[in-house]
Amino acid sequence: MAVVFEKTKGLTDAQTHYCPGCTHGIVHRLVAESLEELGVLDEAIGVAPVGCSVLAYKYFNCDMHEAAHGRAPAVATGIKRVHPENFVFTYQGDGDLASIGTAEIVHAAHRGEKISTIFINNAIYGMTGGQMAPTTLIGQKATTAPYGRDKEHCGMPLKMAEMLATIDGAQFVERVAVNTPGNARKAKKAIKKCFQTQIEGKGFGIVEVLSTCPTNWGYTPVEALKWLEENMIPYYPLGNLRTPEEVE
Amino acid sequence: MTKVLMKGNEAIGAAAIEAGCKYFFGYPITPQSELPEYMSKEMPKVGGVFLQAESEIAAINMVYGASGSGARVMTSSSSPGISLKQEGISYIAGAELPCVIVNIMRGGPGLGSIQPSQTDYFQATRGGGNGDYRLVVLAPANVQELVDLIIEGFDIADQYRNPVMILGDGMIGQMMEPVEFKQPKKRDLPEKDWATTGTKGKRKPNIINSLYLAAEELEEHNKKLQEKYKTIKENEVKVESYNIEDADIVIAAYGTTSRIAKTAITQLENEGYKVGLIRPITLWPFPYNEFNKIGDNCKGILTIEMNTGQMVDDVKIATKGRFPVEFYGRTGGMVPTPNEIVKKVKEIYGGEK
Repeated sequence: MAVVFEKTKGLTDAQTHYCPGCTHGIVHRLVAESLEELGVLDEAIGVAPVGCSVLAYKYFNCDMHEAAHGRAPAVATGIKRVHPENFVFTYQGDGDLASIGTAEIVHAAHRGEKISTIFINNAIYGMTGGQMAPTTLIGQKATTAPYGRDKEHCGMPLKMAEMLATIDGAQFVERVAVNTPGNARKAKKAIKKCFQTQIEGKGFGIVEVLSTCPTNWGYTPVEALKWLEENMIPYYPLGNLRTPEEVE
Repeated sequence: MTKVLMKGNEAIGAAAIEAGCKYFFGYPITPQSELPEYMSKEMPKVGGVFLQAESEIAAINMVYGASGSGARVMTSSSSPGISLKQEGISYIAGAELPCVIVNIMRGGPGLGSIQPSQTDYFQATRGGGNGDYRLVVLAPANVQELVDLIIEGFDIADQYRNPVMILGDGMIGQMMEPVEFKQPKKRDLPEKDWATTGTKGKRKPNIINSLYLAAEELEEHNKKLQEKYKTIKENEVKVESYNIEDADIVIAAYGTTSRIAKTAITQLENEGYKVGLIRPITLWPFPYNEFNKIGDNCKGILTIEMNTGQMVDDVKIATKGRFPVEFYGRTGGMVPTPNEIVKKVKEIYGGEK
């Protein structure tokens, strides 16, 4: 019988702990497939964050480090400086990357570290139970913003991709979403280009992935996909902000 | 090998390179900035990497990454910067990774001063960050010893997969003395087969981690750590003692204050006093047993530190109530003089002899 589909070698057989309808699983698969298809899985060293994807080191089928909250880009820097020939990536959420780890991500980009970052933006702290993130939308309710996020009190949601795109060393910056099959395909293309940026030694690359959190948003998985499309994409526009010429 | 005259902070860098350290991640802070400066100049010459991180927090996490991927790696800072590194140090200890961390201590608390002090004794010997862990803490008293302990420190770190801290004060970092670079006794160092280097398709993935969500697993991990610390306590205690068997008074001091104590002891001996010295070289593991050798005629122990008496607790544990334990210290960057120590010893004697 002809094989029409196989699970990527980039993922282990471990059952993930993600909630039903959470899109982390989709992004894990896209990352793992990209590592395999680009032929860097055996050279890959990944860095997992603190947050929902804290256990990512059990799911990616390559060498992995578990980092402290927000510090993944610094850990990845240490690894890459020791092993410049290896492929090094971080996988971080919005509490990790856009709040506690802003210094680390900005300066990894600023130094043009030849690492790749997958940034999951689901506008909330998932693992700790639905607290407000820097990416939480105006009016969106969270357990630490029970009346909805108020601009006067908390400021506007942080647009990390746009901010990082102003940094010279950040050579690849794109925002994608995984709310539809079409968007997931585009997301994979972006992830592969981002990885290619590192493989070709061009500099730092990041893909911001708009993602859902049905559990903490209080929606069904299908409602959550709709909420992402109607609320997140208008504020966080999809698209490429930066690509090095040779990688296009 | 001929001796060269070197400043303490630069000698640390030269010793690390001699020990095969190829990676240094740091951040400027007085009084240790000569060390990252030295590394920025010398690392490229040996094919190594010096990187100035955006913060002490980033620097220690770069160390965590570099060590986990198999490298000999070092970072340095001074007291407030070492406070910032505690998160990473706890992760490194939890994940059982080797590295050398240098603390050239300055006065505290808070921003404190830039003058020498020994105020981070508690932080260094009790862990410093969260969780039940220990660092091997080495306290050099001169630049030669500083060099020797840096070189051996890398081996100790690799042998036990444990972070090693060099606890020096601003005085040691800033002073110049002649040094030579010698290899320490050969140790049987384990292969770093746990390091993340990419699987190359030849082995299962290696994972560097300190997370154990199952309570029983974390307890097992902690038991394993404690077993390791027990072995370190049995094998790695370093101490210098002088005339403690028949001393009337024994001074306990480490680092810079031990040198001042030695000057005071010579002066006191010339006046007919019998004063001994215990100088812990490893602050953890602490040389508790050395205090058992103190003779019964001893009138008391005098602990001297550039802080308000942090080693006193360990000295009291070590003496088990056999002798009164007195303390003399200066803080804020003030350094005790030999005369101050002489006066204090005479006070314990009950006045001039």
